[in-house]
Amino acid sequence: MSMEEKQNSLTFQDFSQSVLKPETREDISLIIRECYKKNIPIEVNCLQSKKSIGRNFQAEKTLNLSNYRGIIEYKPEELYIKVKSGTSIKEIKTELDKYNQQLAFEPNDFGFLFKGNPDEGSIGGVVSCNFAGPRRFKVGSVRDHVLGFQGINGRGETIKSGGTVVKNVTGYDLSKILTGSFGTLTVLTEISIKVLPKPESSKTMVIKNPHLLKAIEYLNTSLSSSNDPSGGVFYPEYFSNNFTFNDLTHEGPFTAIRIEGPNESIDHRVKDLSKELELNIDETLVLENEQSKILWEKTRSLEVFSKMKSNLLRIVVPPSETFEVIKKIRPLEPKYFIDWGGSLIWLQLDKINIKIFNDIRKIVNNAGGYLTVIKIEEDLKASVDIFSVDPIRYKISEKLKKSFDPKRILNPGKMYSGI
Amino acid sequence: MSSLQMPKVEKSIISNRNEIVSDLEKIVKSENILSHQDEIKPYETDALAAYTQSPMLVVLPETVNEVSKVLKYCNENKIKIVPRGAGTGLSGGALPLEDCILLSMGKFNKILELDYKNRCVVAQPCVTNLAITHAVQDKGFYYAPDPSSQIACSIGGNVAENSGGVHSLKYGATTNNLLGIQVVLMDGTITRFGGKAMDSEGYDFLGLMTGSEGLLGVVTEVTVKILKTPEIIKAALIGFSSIEDAGNCVAEIIAKGCIPAGMEIMDKALLKATNDFCKAGYPTEAEAMMIIEFDGSEFEVESHIKTAEKIARKNNSSSLKISQSNEERLKFWSGRKAAFPACGDLAPDYMCMDGSIPRGKLAEVLKEINNLSKKYKLPVANAFHAGDGNLHPLIMFDASDKDQLRRCEEFGADILKYCVKVGGALTGEHGVGIEKRELMCEAFNNTDIQQQLKIKVALDPNSLLNPGKVYPILRKCAEEGRVHVHGGKTKFPDIPRF
Repeated sequence: MSMEEKQNSLTFQDFSQSVLKPETREDISLIIRECYKKNIPIEVNCLQSKKSIGRNFQAEKTLNLSNYRGIIEYKPEELYIKVKSGTSIKEIKTELDKYNQQLAFEPNDFGFLFKGNPDEGSIGGVVSCNFAGPRRFKVGSVRDHVLGFQGINGRGETIKSGGTVVKNVTGYDLSKILTGSFGTLTVLTEISIKVLPKPESSKTMVIKNPHLLKAIEYLNTSLSSSNDPSGGVFYPEYFSNNFTFNDLTHEGPFTAIRIEGPNESIDHRVKDLSKELELNIDETLVLENEQSKILWEKTRSLEVFSKMKSNLLRIVVPPSETFEVIKKIRPLEPKYFIDWGGSLIWLQLDKINIKIFNDIRKIVNNAGGYLTVIKIEEDLKASVDIFSVDPIRYKISEKLKKSFDPKRILNPGKMYSGI
Repeated sequence: MSSLQMPKVEKSIISNRNEIVSDLEKIVKSENILSHQDEIKPYETDALAAYTQSPMLVVLPETVNEVSKVLKYCNENKIKIVPRGAGTGLSGGALPLEDCILLSMGKFNKILELDYKNRCVVAQPCVTNLAITHAVQDKGFYYAPDPSSQIACSIGGNVAENSGGVHSLKYGATTNNLLGIQVVLMDGTITRFGGKAMDSEGYDFLGLMTGSEGLLGVVTEVTVKILKTPEIIKAALIGFSSIEDAGNCVAEIIAKGCIPAGMEIMDKALLKATNDFCKAGYPTEAEAMMIIEFDGSEFEVESHIKTAEKIARKNNSSSLKISQSNEERLKFWSGRKAAFPACGDLAPDYMCMDGSIPRGKLAEVLKEINNLSKKYKLPVANAFHAGDGNLHPLIMFDASDKDQLRRCEEFGADILKYCVKVGGALTGEHGVGIEKRELMCEAFNNTDIQQQLKIKVALDPNSLLNPGKVYPILRKCAEEGRVHVHGGKTKFPDIPRF
């Protein structure tokens, strides 16, 4: 029996099961080819930490990539790591730690939200969702760190694009289009990710302030400063008791701004920025490296929403619009916090219905932003658009989907109804 | 130059030229349609001047609605369209076709909005890259990607080519600094991808359009993010007695966590050529020379410079100088920026290649290039953006000697193939265009290319938008792929190239 026949027969035997957990790219390809041939829709997932984000859809089979894992190649001096898509973020971070490097985009961890404990999921999932953490405004999003990939399209064909070098303009940049596509275009098999050295140290200025408008002003001035902050959040009072630090003496709402880099530069930059923000000593305190790290870890992991029962919306607007958007939503009594130096609003709503939802989306769209549903009551899930889309974009998205997955077998309907 | 196969010319379209002109006169002002040979002549090539072709007509729309109507008209009448910005591209992406309408975006030359609150600039596509920085620098901001032609290249062209620059390692290329575009698709649809908010939801069409070399849509408006000008910039000029030492120094600096704003390496041949040309005061006895630049707050820069200095000494640097003033820093760069013209002085012609390689492969690749130089009996000098792995070998030859031209072309193709072999890319920043089209199969197999073509067909079913570019017409790995400079003169001799 040839190698190919052997693999074929193995896979066909397995194919009768409803959840398939292949260990090789050849098997993944055979499964997709079989689905393509027989018109079988298939749900693609891995560690399922973000499984409930996106629309509900029907699929006869499930392709679970959790057995397709491992680091293929890690070149610290070339600043990239190439991994199989099912590799957990935890495993990747453990490896990067050895060389004092990191995934600079700080992927959001949805584990607290959905389960009450950390679960960062797999690299395939992180790339498919494109949710970057606090450092986004400085270093870019997940999509800015994907250097290349290999994957299986909806015809079962192995395709690749990009590579492992940062400068590469050979052909269309398919890494971008696959990042954030929620597994609807191609099953990612191998991903090359840009990694960066961890900053030597970090400090966080915590500014006590009760007013949103002032907070936004602080964030705006900081982000326009040559002191180069790498994080900027605002937590209103109801969330501030989630942050108990030795150095943190006050209770109540606060703005936090992170400065990272070589040790000797940080103190000067913190001092300089305090001056720029015209801060008084009694309204500011500075978190040292370890405590600073904890604050941003909690922010990245959405810890304030731990085991939350209510609805969660992710709103991104131009920073100049943040205040007005929140002001307009305020009558609905939401809980929220602001990340990305003023651009990203995480909005918790205890009460929601279609009208409320549509009103919020309208406010956000009018402000030049977008809204993504992260968590919503099950009976509402089918009747709202999880991702914003206009008719033109829908049409182009449909064409794009067809070019990768002509029979709509990969996560059909996960992003948009009919795509 | 070897002849290049382009899409089949539709004679029936050309014979309908007068009718097409009168149809277009209903869409754009008649003075914005150029049809006389003398008016068309300037559009027959871009900065890859070795290839020339007059278009059937040139149209200069003034509004997005005009662009939309022209594209819709062309789509309905199966007329090919080649979009063009400033025409400074080095890979022939704006080369016209005999039966095409060349769509010059030249009238889209206004900056529409300076939005400091959202730290972005909204501009029309034919605003130059440098004009954006000029517009915001009095408020202490700048636009980060800085291709060497930034004085002349258009921001829309930067989007089409995903242009980089010396500072790509720290600040990324165009794709990482772009917030949104307005774009017209081949069927005339006007739409926006992205905006002033970070990232966009759903499929990342902004990312797909960036670097698509004008094959998927025509960009009519661009929103880019601007950054605060760094407090200080400092550079060090470091000589090494071996390429290996220079390479190790690069790797170690990066591993240490110092991400420089720019990091350039020149080999001995280029060092010598440059020094003879402009007396830059470079250490000509060195086998390789590195310019490393850090920017940011004063204390951050000082700290990084100290670290770099220590690492350089550890890696046997033969000389080391740190800029004590901005003037001195610019002097360090002046020689590097004169490197290309310096090569033009050494031989009647030079061919500038543009490959990407893993940083750590520099010594290996340069050794191979030197072997190839002996094989093809042509001298070569190398400039390397060490920060981001972008290698520019400059092959010197005499194009009037047919055999030398052939050897040069084969030499260039071999270099690019080797770049791909060691894990790099065919093009780091110049784009594929027509120049490296036939080499695409070195980087991609047929399935990869077919997937990309399916995306093209999804948005432009009749393949009318910039056809014949990027993807091979015949799947052959021909010996193409370089920028040819004759007599030391480029198409735009006044635009810096480095």
